[in-house]
Amino acid sequence: MPTAPSNPHSQEASTTVQFRIWRGDSTGGAFQTYPVVVSEGMVVLDCVHRIQAEQANDLAVRWNCKAGKCGSCSAEINGQPKLMCMTRMETLPVGQPVTVEPLRSFPSIRDLVTDVSWNFRVKKKIKPFKPRKPDNADGSWTMMQEDVDRVQEFRKCIECFLCQDVCHVLRDHHKHDEFIGPRFLMYTAALEMHPLDTEDRIADLKNNDGIGYCNITKCCTKVCPEHIGITDNAIIPMKERVVDEFYDPMTRLFRMFKPKK
Amino acid sequence: MSFPDGFIVHEHDVLVIGAGGAGLRAAIEASGAGVTVGVICKSLLGKAHTVMAEGGMAAAMGNVDDRDNWEVHFADTMRGGQYLNNPIMAEHHAKESPDRVRELESWGAVFDRTKEGKILQRNFGGHRYPRLAHVGDRTGLELIRTLQDHGIHQGMEVFMEMTVVSLLKSGGRIAGVLGYDRERGRMHVWKAKAVILATGGIGKSFRITSNSWEGTGDGHSLAYHAGAELMDMEFVQFHPTGMVWPPSVRGILVTEGVRGEGGVLRNSEGKRFMFDDVPDAYRAQVATTEDEGWKYVCGDKNANRPPELLTRDHVARCINREIKAGRGSPHGGVFLDIAWIKEKIPNASAHIQRKLPSMYHQFKQLAGVDITTERMEVGPTTHYVMGGVAVDGDTQESCVPGLFAAGEVTAGLHGANRLGGNSLSDLVVFGKLAGEHAAKFAKANRAVEVDPAQINEHTQEIEKVFDRPTGENPFAIQYALQDAMQDLVGIVRTEKEMELALVKIEELKKRYKNVGITGHREYNPGWHTSIDLNCMLTVSESITRSALERKESRGAQFRDDYPDKSAECSTFNLLAKKAPDGTMEIRRRPVVAMRPDLKAIIEKMK
Repeated sequence: MPTAPSNPHSQEASTTVQFRIWRGDSTGGAFQTYPVVVSEGMVVLDCVHRIQAEQANDLAVRWNCKAGKCGSCSAEINGQPKLMCMTRMETLPVGQPVTVEPLRSFPSIRDLVTDVSWNFRVKKKIKPFKPRKPDNADGSWTMMQEDVDRVQEFRKCIECFLCQDVCHVLRDHHKHDEFIGPRFLMYTAALEMHPLDTEDRIADLKNNDGIGYCNITKCCTKVCPEHIGITDNAIIPMKERVVDEFYDPMTRLFRMFKPKK
Repeated sequence: MSFPDGFIVHEHDVLVIGAGGAGLRAAIEASGAGVTVGVICKSLLGKAHTVMAEGGMAAAMGNVDDRDNWEVHFADTMRGGQYLNNPIMAEHHAKESPDRVRELESWGAVFDRTKEGKILQRNFGGHRYPRLAHVGDRTGLELIRTLQDHGIHQGMEVFMEMTVVSLLKSGGRIAGVLGYDRERGRMHVWKAKAVILATGGIGKSFRITSNSWEGTGDGHSLAYHAGAELMDMEFVQFHPTGMVWPPSVRGILVTEGVRGEGGVLRNSEGKRFMFDDVPDAYRAQVATTEDEGWKYVCGDKNANRPPELLTRDHVARCINREIKAGRGSPHGGVFLDIAWIKEKIPNASAHIQRKLPSMYHQFKQLAGVDITTERMEVGPTTHYVMGGVAVDGDTQESCVPGLFAAGEVTAGLHGANRLGGNSLSDLVVFGKLAGEHAAKFAKANRAVEVDPAQINEHTQEIEKVFDRPTGENPFAIQYALQDAMQDLVGIVRTEKEMELALVKIEELKKRYKNVGITGHREYNPGWHTSIDLNCMLTVSESITRSALERKESRGAQFRDDYPDKSAECSTFNLLAKKAPDGTMEIRRRPVVAMRPDLKAIIEKMK
């Protein structure tokens, strides 16, 4: 897809797009329509900012890096959970209004901003990293790249919480008290698979974190902007460890006589 | 003492403003010292601008080239800063950064590895040896997530999406801070024995910047208005490679890691123009042929670095020159080419995607460019401010008792120009020092009472915009300021243009007094921008006044009317301070003298 050389001073063809943006707060709200002049290369967040600067100074939107690295500007665009800063207008259907609404799995604060504090509380409850003693005198460890590849994949997570938003266990069944969601199942997997970690979180996954609620529909994987294999690489291996630990009598018996990790 | 109604009051021994790398590291250190700690973040926790850092963190561990050690790193940093750096800070930084990197690993960070299983280090501009510990091109994310995930278990209290409006003082000492929460627009008072500023940079004062909306210089401005000194504000780093197209992403950073991995810069004639202009101070360290440059990238210890890996100020000016001479790319940049390495290595496409995954996605998604087969278009972008709060090199305390600072908001380590990779190590080295000494201060001193009159005054100041619903649009003033700074105080500066910039800033200050807001207090971006504007105006004025006063070209400052370095100007740093009549005073202070043993290191490394 080479970029066609063009005169930077010529005004690219610009069109007017109708934006339907949800405005309101925890007591309720409605869609409001704003016409936006859209030019080449613009992303949805640019359009929202243009509305904010020109038509609605008080339109609430959460954003930060504008480069897909911080995971702040998560929203539902035409019903799909996406980062506003990484959704180019060219990728949306031409000539149709664009709908932007807040994440629906979390309580509304105002307009496009939701209260995601639940995620921060959940993370704090997961047992932290606990490394083995350093391998070397200078306090360092020896780890091979192939041993950390998988953990590095999980650590690409930008905590946009789109996976939490789309997960039906949270979105439709509101199991926030019993289920930590794909983000934190993967966070736990990253700790469990960390070559240096000595902590055991398998019982927590079964008893407190609700890993059993996940029925592998892979919706989380589909919406991940970092393309992390959340279901296949993180959740399923954790489910297997839970099964090994609690439901396989032979393995369990065998493990009783083996040192941990 | 009676307290005004309607304020939510908190109390901590140490209060940290900012939750990027420096703020979190400071908070961890202070918590570990056994004092109570609060952390205020402008965004959600873990979203601070540190997350954008790509290339890596510089630490002379010698994992890839065992000739590296803290002395070489110290000399590189001083040379990069054109000897205006505080040598004490450069010494702390070079000596302590390896321990800070290993400490991150002990907290769960997972850096890329060497074949022997050690932390891998990569080449970067101005560093003599491969020195940057990294994780692909998302090192900042690894740093902030590691500090965040470790920090939340250390007992600190975190306040998200809150903005500090002013520092409160009592009898000359820090007494606390006043701020508001974005969510509801309620006013908060934090009482504290010591305050650490870790608020990052000022990039939003310019139109083209790699900084996010948060980079409005809050800490710089808070410190200045509380009586602290701002040093080296004329030194603003323009990163040579930001995206230039499409317009909506103009300025977003393209990591120096692209060049570290072999990326080359070419003009519209296909020429590698960086070979044409190599400064004398670096001539002995730069490759003379393209082939030698490639060998360096591949780790040949006998080869010198390609000229694309010269310091950022120099590369930015060369790019600027090519564009102005009409040899630029279609959208007003130059070409950065990493795809060419397919001539040199097999599986180049997979290699690029593994080494530079964020860059691959950024260009693919935002510009429709596949960097494994096509050239990128890049141009300079406002990236970093070397200047900031003047602090003691050992303790990070400012001249206001109880007020500490760490990270980008601080001046001293980088002098006239920062080397890539020295920022992430700066955050953790000086975050730790600031946390340690703020905790000491809090233990040694009793709390002082906050003054309700100060609180009322500052609160009225930010609330009166609601009384002017038909006043000036804050976004319009912000855009005008960004245009003025970009066009008049940018990469190439002249006295005439900067005088004009000062006139414009004065006009904007007048317009600012008439800013008006519509709507409510809850998550109201117009209101927040009206508050940030005050900081941006203060910062812009300090940059412009300092740049005018420094009548030479050095490091990040290039003056068209004074194109050379001056011996006289090498002897002082510039300080901006608020005079009793409220105007900004600029004065000179002799550079911190170097100890003989440090001087000897500089001589040895020449």
